[in-house]
Amino acid sequence: MKIGIPKEIHPGEKRVATTPEAAEQIIKLGFSILLESGAGLGANISDEAYKEVGVEIIDNAKTLWDTADIVMKVRAPERHPELALDEIDLLSEGGRLISFIWPAQNEELMQKLAAKNATVLAMDSVPRMSRAQKLDALSSMANIAGYRAIIEAAQHFGRFFTGQITAAGKIPPAKVLVIGAGVAGLAAIGTAKSMGAIVRAFDTRPEVKEQIESMDAEFLMLDFEEEGSGTGGYAKTMSKEFIEAEMALFARQAMEVDIIITTALIPGKPAPKLITEGMVKSMKPGSIIVDLAAEQGGNCALTEKDQVVVKHDVTIIGYSNLPSRLANQSSQLYATNLRHLLTELCPEKNGTINVNMDDEVIRGTTVIKEGKITWPPPPPKLSAAPAPQTEAPAYASVQEQQKKSIVPESVKQFIPLIIGGLALFGIGSVAPASFMTHFTVFVLACFIGYQVIWNVTASLHTPLMSVTNAISGIIVIGALVQVSALDSTISILAGLAILIASINIAGGFLVTRRMLEMFRK
Amino acid sequence: MSHSLVTMSYIVATILFIFSLSGLSNQETARRGNYYGMLGMAIAIIATTLSASVTSYAILIVALLIGGAIGARAALKVEMTQMPELVAIMHSLVGMAAVLVGYANFMDSSTNLSGVEKNIHEIEIYIGILIGAVTFSGSVIAFGKLSERISGKPLLLPGRHWFNLGLLIASIVLGWMFLQQTETGGGSLPLWIMTGIALVFGIHMVMAIGGADMPVVVSMLNSYSGWAAAATGFMLSNDLLIVTGALVGSSGAILSYIMCRAMNRNFISVIAGGFGTGSGGPEAIIEGEVTPISAEETAQLLLDAKNIMIIPGYGMAVAQAQHTVNEITKLLRDKGKKVGFGIHPVAGRMPGHMNVLLAEAKVPYDIVYEMDEINEDWAHVDVSIVIGANDIVNPSALDDPNSPIAGMPVLECWKGETTVVLKRSMASGYAGVGNPLFVLENTRMLFGDANATMQAVLKALKG
Repeated sequence: MKIGIPKEIHPGEKRVATTPEAAEQIIKLGFSILLESGAGLGANISDEAYKEVGVEIIDNAKTLWDTADIVMKVRAPERHPELALDEIDLLSEGGRLISFIWPAQNEELMQKLAAKNATVLAMDSVPRMSRAQKLDALSSMANIAGYRAIIEAAQHFGRFFTGQITAAGKIPPAKVLVIGAGVAGLAAIGTAKSMGAIVRAFDTRPEVKEQIESMDAEFLMLDFEEEGSGTGGYAKTMSKEFIEAEMALFARQAMEVDIIITTALIPGKPAPKLITEGMVKSMKPGSIIVDLAAEQGGNCALTEKDQVVVKHDVTIIGYSNLPSRLANQSSQLYATNLRHLLTELCPEKNGTINVNMDDEVIRGTTVIKEGKITWPPPPPKLSAAPAPQTEAPAYASVQEQQKKSIVPESVKQFIPLIIGGLALFGIGSVAPASFMTHFTVFVLACFIGYQVIWNVTASLHTPLMSVTNAISGIIVIGALVQVSALDSTISILAGLAILIASINIAGGFLVTRRMLEMFRK
Repeated sequence: MSHSLVTMSYIVATILFIFSLSGLSNQETARRGNYYGMLGMAIAIIATTLSASVTSYAILIVALLIGGAIGARAALKVEMTQMPELVAIMHSLVGMAAVLVGYANFMDSSTNLSGVEKNIHEIEIYIGILIGAVTFSGSVIAFGKLSERISGKPLLLPGRHWFNLGLLIASIVLGWMFLQQTETGGGSLPLWIMTGIALVFGIHMVMAIGGADMPVVVSMLNSYSGWAAAATGFMLSNDLLIVTGALVGSSGAILSYIMCRAMNRNFISVIAGGFGTGSGGPEAIIEGEVTPISAEETAQLLLDAKNIMIIPGYGMAVAQAQHTVNEITKLLRDKGKKVGFGIHPVAGRMPGHMNVLLAEAKVPYDIVYEMDEINEDWAHVDVSIVIGANDIVNPSALDDPNSPIAGMPVLECWKGETTVVLKRSMASGYAGVGNPLFVLENTRMLFGDANATMQAVLKALKG
C-alpha cells in the first residue's frame, strides 16, 4: 500500500508525519511512501534525506492525496484560506487517514469524514494502556511541550535558574511551581530540575506523589481527603471544597514562586481556571506563567491563546503549539509513534493494513471505520493507579500467620541456648577426661573456623570450597594409621580410603591453584 | 618418628591449614594460602607415614599414587562451569572415606578400652559412619542434579517429614542396639542397617531440594564432609582431624548461612525441601508488554552510557557468553566508560561460582562487585545488562509479599536509567517466578541466544 505524507498547511505548523529514520522502517514493513515536496523543511529535513531511504517525492498535494492509499498527517484535515485547499475534499472516497482528529471537539469534521466513507485513526484517541505506550502520540507531544514550556519560561525570565555563589554575590535559585504532574508536568519538572531550579509540583491524583518525588521535586500536599484519579489514568473534576483548598494553596505559592507552569486538563472539558487575576497580581514582578492548557481555554484567567502577554508585570505565555516549536524532535517522536501503529496494523509485514476491531489498541484508535463513526470507544480497563482492594487481604493474612505462633518471640530466642546448654551438661556429666580434651579442641577449632571464614571474600567462595575439599582429605591420616593392620580386610578398607582421600587432596589443591591463577587484575 | 614429634608436626599442619583458609580473605594472599595448605598436608602425611603405627608401605604408596593421579587429572581437566559437580563429588569421597575408616576402626580389635570410654568410642564410630554415609549419598545425588543426570525438580514424597523422622528414630534405636551388642563383641548388623538408612536419608534429603536451592545444598554438604572428618578424629583420638574437620565444617555452615540469607530462605526449610510449594496467597499477576530492542540499538545505548553494570547469571555460563562479554567490557573500558559486574551471592550453582567463571574469562576481579557493594549505587548507572539471570533481579521479591521469593535481597537494577535484559524467549526463570522487571518502562528485552546476541552487540560496537 502507498502511504502519503502531505505538507502540513496549518499556519505555524512545522512538524511532519514521518522522518527518514521512521520511513526506512515503514518501508521494511512492505509499504511504499510518497511525500509532498518540502514537507520536512519545517523540521529541517530535506527532500534529499527522504529520497535516500527510498521515499518518492511528489510535487503536488492533490496528486499525493489521490495516489495514496493511506494518508498520514499531524494536524486534523482543514481548509487553508489562502491556498484554497480543503484537505477533506482531497481525501479520496473510502480513503484512510491517520492523524490527530480530536473527535470530541470536531464533530463537523467527523461527519464530513464519515460521509466520505473514510477509515480514520485518531492519534489522540490511542487508549492509555501499557501495550499502547509506544504509539501514544499525546504522551510524546506532552513530553516535548513540558520541556519547551521551561525553555520558553527561561527565555522570558530575567534571572538564572540555578543558584550560585559568585564573587559578585549570591544568586538565589529560581522557584518553579508545576501544576498537574502528567507527562508534560513531569517533563517540565525534569527540565527545570536539571537547570538547577527549586521545583514544587501539585496534582490532584495522590499516586503521582512518588513520581514527583523520584524526580527530586517537592510534592505539595493538601490536607484534604479526596481521590482525584478518574478512569484511564486521567484526572477528574474535584468537589467544591477541594477546589477551595487547592486555590488557597496556589494563592500562597503564587506569592513565593517565580515561575508557574500549568498543565491541568480534564478530558473533554474546558481547562479548570486555577490561577486567578488576584494571584497574578500577587506574583513578584518579572514572574512567568506558562499555560499549557491555552488550547482548552487556559488554566490562568489572563491567558491569551497563542500570545505572550505581560499583565501586572507578569509574563503569561499561552502558546498552544509548543511541540511545533521543537519541530525536529517532535516529528521524530510522532513518526515513531506512527511507525509503531503501522506495525500493529500490519502484523504480517506484507504492506497491507488490517483494521482489526478486536484488538483493543486499534479499536480505541479507530474513530471512523468505513464511514461508520466508532467513537467513543468502550472505556479502557486499566488505570495507572494501584488497585487497593487486591493488596489488603494479603497483608491481613500475613498478620494472621504471625499471630498463630503460640510461643512468644522472647522465649523462642532462648530455646536453642537452653537445648545447647542441656546437651553440653549431658555430655559433661558422663564423658571421661580423655574425651573432654578432644572436645575442647573441637569447640575452639569451630570458633577459629568461624572467625577465619567470615573474613573470606565472597568472590573466593568457590576456591574456599575446593580448598576445604582438599584439606578435608586429611581424613587420609585416619586411613594411614590403619593400613598397617594385621587383618587384611582392614588394610584393604584403609587402602581404599587412602586412595579416595588422596583424590581429594590432589584434586582439591590443584583445582584451587588453577582457579586462583585466573583471578587477575 | 617419636610420638611427640608426630604431634608437633600435626600442630604445624593445623596452623598451616588455618593460614591457608585465612589467606583467602583477599586475592593477593590467596595463592600463597593454597601453598600453605599443600605444605600442611604434606607434613601431616609424611609425619604419619614415618610414625610408629605405619609399618607396611606397599598399599599405602600405591593408593596414594593412584588417588593422587586421578585427582590431579580431574583438577586439570575440569571445566569451570563444572566446578559445582567436582566439588559435590569430592564431598562424596570424603563421606565415603569416613565410612571406610569407620568400618576399619570398628573391625580393628587392637584398641582395648573399657567402660564409658569404650561406649563413647563405639558411639563415635557409629556417628562417624552415619555422617559419612549421609554425606556420601547426598553428595552423589547433588552431583547428579548438578550435572543434570537427575531432574532438578524437587521430589516430594507424601509425608516426607514423617519419613525423615522415622529414619532418625530408627537410627537412634539401632544405635542403642549397636551399643548393647558391642558389649558381647557383635554389633555389625545394626551398623550395616544404619549405614543403609543413612544412605537412604542422604538420597531423600537432596532429592527433595529444588534446583534453585543447589548453592545451599552444596555448601551444606561441604559442612557435612567437615563434620565427618571431625567425627573420624574423635574416633581415632586425633586432634589434627578434629581441628581440620571443625574448620571445614564451620566453613560449610557459614557458606550455607550466607546462601540462605541471600535467598531469604530459612535453613531448616531448605533442608526440609519443597521450595515454593507452600506460599501464602496468590501472586500478583504481571501485566504489561515487553519492549524489545535490537543488538545494534543496545550497542548504541552502551556507547551513549558512561556507567555500565553487567549482571551475569548462570545462563551466561550455559551460553558460554562470558568471553564475548569480556571483550565487550574491554572495548567499552578502552572507550573510557566505567564498566562493572554485579554479582548476586547465589548467581551460579555454588557460592562464588560466578566470580570464578568471570575470572576464567579474564575479567579483572577489581571490577567485579558484590551485591552489597553496589545496591546503593544504581541511581548512577546508565545502562545495566542482565545476562542469563532472572530471580536475582526480580522486583517482586521486594514488593509482592506473596511471591515465592519475597524478601530475598535482589540486585535493584531497575533503579538505574535503562536495563537491557538478555533472554532466549519469554519464559519464566529457574524458579518459575514471573518477573515484573521485564515489563517495566525502562527495561528493554534483547531476545536470542546470549552468546549470539552479545557477539552481535560486539560487532555493532566495533563497526
